[in-house]
Amino acid sequence: MSKSRNFLVGLGLFVLVIVCLAIWVNLPLPFVAGLAVLFALWMAFTRRGRQAASVTGVGISTLRDRLGSSAVVVIGIAGVVGVLVALLAMGEGYAETLRKTGSTDTVIVMRGGSASEVMSVLDRDSVVVIPQTAGIARNAKGDPIASPEIVVAANLPVKGGKGADDEGSVQLRGVSEHAWELRPNLKIVAGRPFNPGMRELVVGKGAQRQFAGLEPGHEIKLGNQQWTVVGVFASGDALESEVWGDASVVADTYRRGGSRASVTVKLADPSGFKAFESTLKADPRLKVDASTTLDYFSKQSEGTSKVIRGIGITVGLIMAIGALFGALNTMFAAVASRAREIATLRAIGFRGLPVVVAIMLETMLLALLGGLIGGALAWLIFNGYTASTLAQGSVGQLTFEFRVSPALLWTGVKWALAIGFVGGLFPAVRAARLPVTTALREL
Amino acid sequence: MKYLHLIWAALFRRKTRTILTLVSIVTAFLLFGMLDAVRTSFNQAGQSINGAQRLQTGSRLSFIQTLPQGLNSQIAQVSGVKSVAYANWFGGAYQDPHNQVFSFAVSDNYLDLYPEVEVSPQVRKAFESTQTGLIVGEKLAQRFGWKVGDKIPLQSTIFPLRDGSKNWSFDIVGTMKAKDNSAAWYDQLVLMHWKYFDEGTPYNRGTVGWYVTRVNDANQADRVAKAIDALSANSDHETRTQTEQAATASWMKQMADIGLIVGSIMGAVFFTLLLLSGNTMMQAVRERTSELAVLKTIGFSSPSVLAMVLAESILLLLIGGVIGLGLASLLIPVLGKGSGGMLNLPGVTAGSWALGIGFMVLIGLLVGALPALRAMRLNIVDALAGR
Repeated sequence: MSKSRNFLVGLGLFVLVIVCLAIWVNLPLPFVAGLAVLFALWMAFTRRGRQAASVTGVGISTLRDRLGSSAVVVIGIAGVVGVLVALLAMGEGYAETLRKTGSTDTVIVMRGGSASEVMSVLDRDSVVVIPQTAGIARNAKGDPIASPEIVVAANLPVKGGKGADDEGSVQLRGVSEHAWELRPNLKIVAGRPFNPGMRELVVGKGAQRQFAGLEPGHEIKLGNQQWTVVGVFASGDALESEVWGDASVVADTYRRGGSRASVTVKLADPSGFKAFESTLKADPRLKVDASTTLDYFSKQSEGTSKVIRGIGITVGLIMAIGALFGALNTMFAAVASRAREIATLRAIGFRGLPVVVAIMLETMLLALLGGLIGGALAWLIFNGYTASTLAQGSVGQLTFEFRVSPALLWTGVKWALAIGFVGGLFPAVRAARLPVTTALREL
Repeated sequence: MKYLHLIWAALFRRKTRTILTLVSIVTAFLLFGMLDAVRTSFNQAGQSINGAQRLQTGSRLSFIQTLPQGLNSQIAQVSGVKSVAYANWFGGAYQDPHNQVFSFAVSDNYLDLYPEVEVSPQVRKAFESTQTGLIVGEKLAQRFGWKVGDKIPLQSTIFPLRDGSKNWSFDIVGTMKAKDNSAAWYDQLVLMHWKYFDEGTPYNRGTVGWYVTRVNDANQADRVAKAIDALSANSDHETRTQTEQAATASWMKQMADIGLIVGSIMGAVFFTLLLLSGNTMMQAVRERTSELAVLKTIGFSSPSVLAMVLAESILLLLIGGVIGLGLASLLIPVLGKGSGGMLNLPGVTAGSWALGIGFMVLIGLLVGALPALRAMRLNIVDALAGR
């Protein structure tokens, strides 16, 4: 009889836990704050709440005697949160770098059906026609602000690599004179811009970090040609990982003739994208797709960010299960060692609820501490940590920084509290259901 | 060995605690098994005897630049070269431009250079006689539900046909599969005729993406590579030749520093595990102080008590670890299937098992060290008196 009742109680608790976790994951911050306030009010102003508070106080005051096993909960959860936040920060940093790239008032035009710039080829006629389309902004001289660009890969020796043959791929962009007007956030931070028609390059700061010999004044080899690096630019986005040269010279080197990969244009009317797109579509001479540069770059990051997120959550979940059982272990041991104390409390009239709340609170406090430590560690070690990968839709190394945002830290704390909740619930219920007489008899 | 039952009894003296600890150990090693599979698959790509015997020749300028087809006969003349084939990147996608499929347009003898890829002679024959023929990797065929004899359209994301459309049509003539892990990604690959590809698109104009050369003797690979590069020195199409091993390793390195990521995660996991199981062992020994004293009283020597406690913690780690790695070997194929062939991981390899068991013993020793020393130094009189 009691066996089946125990089983039913366990099952009920399990269902309750699943439901709570499902709600918890989707709870926005204000709700959590509201809950915390309600709980604090309950602790302060109701009889049961005050009882719970005093029992919790007793539990916390004895924490010092259980330092070793309490540290297991804290450090176990710190480990989970640290790894989770670091992995999510990697995905976030990658996505953020590409999200920051581009704007809503510039449009990239590529050959129809091209998944990315690298795969698009526009013939000479299209390159001439596209800048003449209505709706493009004009500069002081009255020229349309449009930059036909070519994107290719260049092999360059990697920094800190083994010998000259340890090469990596960098994205080389051949641009026209309007490229700078299209990207006002791009600043030359050292040296000067390249001269049109010369074999000169300006390099992004990210590319400079990745590859050897990209200092102004240095010469580098592309194939069998010598090019001179004349400047360094910074833009704080994905373009920083690129190397820029004059479009016609780059096309010449790569034997592309008059074809280009894309044309980037600035809209006269920042909200006129739809109209511009339909004008392009209506032109019988062109078979092109257009999207705002902001959209284009955000889309490029989707696949990779999803993969990194998936990996982060999977690793986090597996670690969380391990930490959860560590917490359960610790709290069961704590309840067992305080069995007489708890039984005494109940013998003098404390009900089950305050006892349950006290033990849950204690675990959640330890978990919160662990979560904060883990988040802080991830932030200290990984915030701004530079990594690079071959980005989807480009042909070069994309350098990006890990970004430990407040939202991610909040996610980490949420996970920590969830682990604390589950890890405290079962031991707490066991403590509350312990028959008073047996517990008191125990040595 | 004769004390095994004693160690076993000590281990399961407190069932709840031991089982909870075991679950934590199982999850740690499950994660280890999975991450190590990822690391191995990255490290193993191209790392085979075949990979050391094959050279890849690409443009020195950039990996997307093509080379003239005339190099083929010149490379074949280089001393030490057994055979040479060439291939182009097709940039295929199925049904949706974002559904990209690894696809190469290859010369007729391409598969001869890859003995580790299994293709039946009938399939080879059918491929040779079908201009629009396509050999597809087995796992890829499963993923898209392709059957031999199907006519399928593949879009090229780079090369339109002469009429400007992007839908190339192909006939599937058979499947191929990798014989070992080093060529695993051939299960995900599509091979078509270079001739059909080159004639179909106005953009390629008889050029070649890269050459694959098989050398007679792997020790000669460096010399042959230099000789091949010398063929086009100072031309407008300079080449760079590397062994397949070096080329793949360089790609993997550019993708991500997998070793570092896996290492950091495992560091965090094992540190946590150390603390957790260490705590369990401390508790277990503290509880049994008087029992250990009895053991010593009836004549067990101090070192043997030390050995028993150490054996207990190593056994704890081994039970959990082996279950964890076992779970990992069961889960990895499931994950592979669930991701629709996107995740193509080898199972838990012998190397991973060896490394894992090494970690289990090491962590077991570390965890057991403190409690075991305490047990060894136990003063019988004090312990029995409960002081």
